Amino acid sequence: MMDTSRSPSEASGFSRKLAATIIIVYMVVTLIPISWMVATSFKSVDSAISYPPEVFFEPSLEGYVNLFTNRSRQPKDYLDSLPPPDTWYEELVRSREMVITGPSKFLPRYSNSLIIGFGATFFSVFLGSLAAYALSRFKVPLKDDLLFFILSTRMFPPIAVAVPIFIMYRKLGLGDTHVGMIILYTVVNLSLSVWLLKGFMDEIPREYEEAAMIDGYSRMQAFFKVVLPQATTGIAATAIFCMIFSWNEYAFAVLLTQFNAQTAPPFIPTIIGEGGLDWPAIGAGTTLFLIPVMIFTVVLRKHLLRGITFGAVRK
Amino acid sequence: MKSVAKKFKGLSDKAIAWIFIAPTLILLLAINIYPLIYAIRMSFTNFYANKIGREVKFVGLKNYKKILGKEEIWEKMQITAHFVCWTLVIQALIGLGLALLLNKKFKGNELLTTLIVLPMMLSPAVVGVFWTYLYNPQVGLFNYVVNFFYDFGIFDMIGSSTLAPWSIVIVDTWMWTPFTMLICLAGLRSIPNYLYEAAEVDRASKWQQFIHITLPSVLPFLLLALLFRGIENFKMFDLVAELTSGGPGSATELASINLKREAFEKWKTGYSSAFAVILFVTIFGFGNVYVKVMNKIKDR
Repeated sequence: MMDTSRSPSEASGFSRKLAATIIIVYMVVTLIPISWMVATSFKSVDSAISYPPEVFFEPSLEGYVNLFTNRSRQPKDYLDSLPPPDTWYEELVRSREMVITGPSKFLPRYSNSLIIGFGATFFSVFLGSLAAYALSRFKVPLKDDLLFFILSTRMFPPIAVAVPIFIMYRKLGLGDTHVGMIILYTVVNLSLSVWLLKGFMDEIPREYEEAAMIDGYSRMQAFFKVVLPQATTGIAATAIFCMIFSWNEYAFAVLLTQFNAQTAPPFIPTIIGEGGLDWPAIGAGTTLFLIPVMIFTVVLRKHLLRGITFGAVRK
Repeated sequence: MKSVAKKFKGLSDKAIAWIFIAPTLILLLAINIYPLIYAIRMSFTNFYANKIGREVKFVGLKNYKKILGKEEIWEKMQITAHFVCWTLVIQALIGLGLALLLNKKFKGNELLTTLIVLPMMLSPAVVGVFWTYLYNPQVGLFNYVVNFFYDFGIFDMIGSSTLAPWSIVIVDTWMWTPFTMLICLAGLRSIPNYLYEAAEVDRASKWQQFIHITLPSVLPFLLLALLFRGIENFKMFDLVAELTSGGPGSATELASINLKREAFEKWKTGYSSAFAVILFVTIFGFGNVYVKVMNKIKDR
């Protein structure tokens, strides 16, 4: 029988080693898909579609060049008539018998993700901390119902409210705009931010503000000068969670944006090369898109549990 | 004197409470509740969002009757149920297993946990895209690895209607098992050591300790994790939209994918609103019953 007890003093060295081995194997297997995508981003288009899949390959930046540019294929005599390429990436594209026709839409899509992500994060954390403070400190009628109501908005399938929002935004002129998407993501994140921040603020002793108020601070001053600085860690963790959510969001982005305010997630799948999907370019887009989230995850590791359970489980 | 000064200095607590809560409440009402009410209203009409000039008629419960009487819809519900049930069962087992292993304190424990958790933080849509590459029947790594162990020849995980429902279960499991794991781990760490010490004194075997101490203590945590996953997977859209987009045919057309097709491709706004309301009521109903059961288990 597997040794399943917890008490570490009892766990034998062997069972601990066995556990560590299984966990390491799982970790390696689970990271293969991600590593494979990163590796693919450094392959050439030909190498990415060779079988059996190439584990060792000559690295190429073709994926990244293809991600950032639009290209068109040209006949050989036309290419010969052109002056020699100025840059390494032009040379790379020429060697595939193509010329660069302009920048691709990846950069604007990526910066849309950043603008909308930061905007929505700022507003949801700001409004969320106000509401969380009030719900944490004051007697509010129907408090529990209110909190449950705030949480329940998270249960709507996004597609269910997408149609009315689509119509509403069309009437208000907010369709396919940054402002519209920032408002939308702010609202979607509010439930998370209120619940998480309320938990963090519950943990700050009331005595701090009371002491400040005896010293002559008003309630508002106490909130801004005493409570908020105390809650910095919680606010930062909440902000990262909101950012990750906005960064990853797809359903609203694909349904409500097209040209102007489209974010990266609906764009990456549409990167098409000649004769099908351009896997190195998709790999490159995916890699650049996932790196920030991976960094955030490492930064957040202590608060991860709290964030994913809306504060229901605290370590 | 002092109270007058206080009054001038700042607003009353009650006023502050409302000033602080109001913006959140107003936004939620405007962007969440209003659209929901709007959707409920539209669900009783024959409205098409792409035909603007057309007269909108009130049709009563016709949309609801049509949906509930449609065999196709029950098929989608079955596909959704298959997806939800299997992902929950597999993720509960593997997640709990991993948590039990991680709970044995060995070196590098925290680093390994962080690395294992990575997949669940990624964008589901982007995950869907790169798994189509891994699943590619000609060049995909997944097929190569499977064929390495047993030669199936060429097989198409997302192109075959028997394999496709499993392809989405695999990816969801890959992505979200860490979620169950993390929550179970918190449960395991909350068990006080003296329980085991007392059991040792009573000469309970390791197996008995597991059944009588470990399992009952983790269960509420596991159930909570499954509640979150259940709700999320019932409304699953992004991952599957990019991975199989409901295909082949409609083999992986989950409720939300079908809803998107009806609402944004066929523009049957009234009809799809009724379906959305049905889905929402289902999630809410299941969720409430589940929470009641969960609380009963916790109280025991």
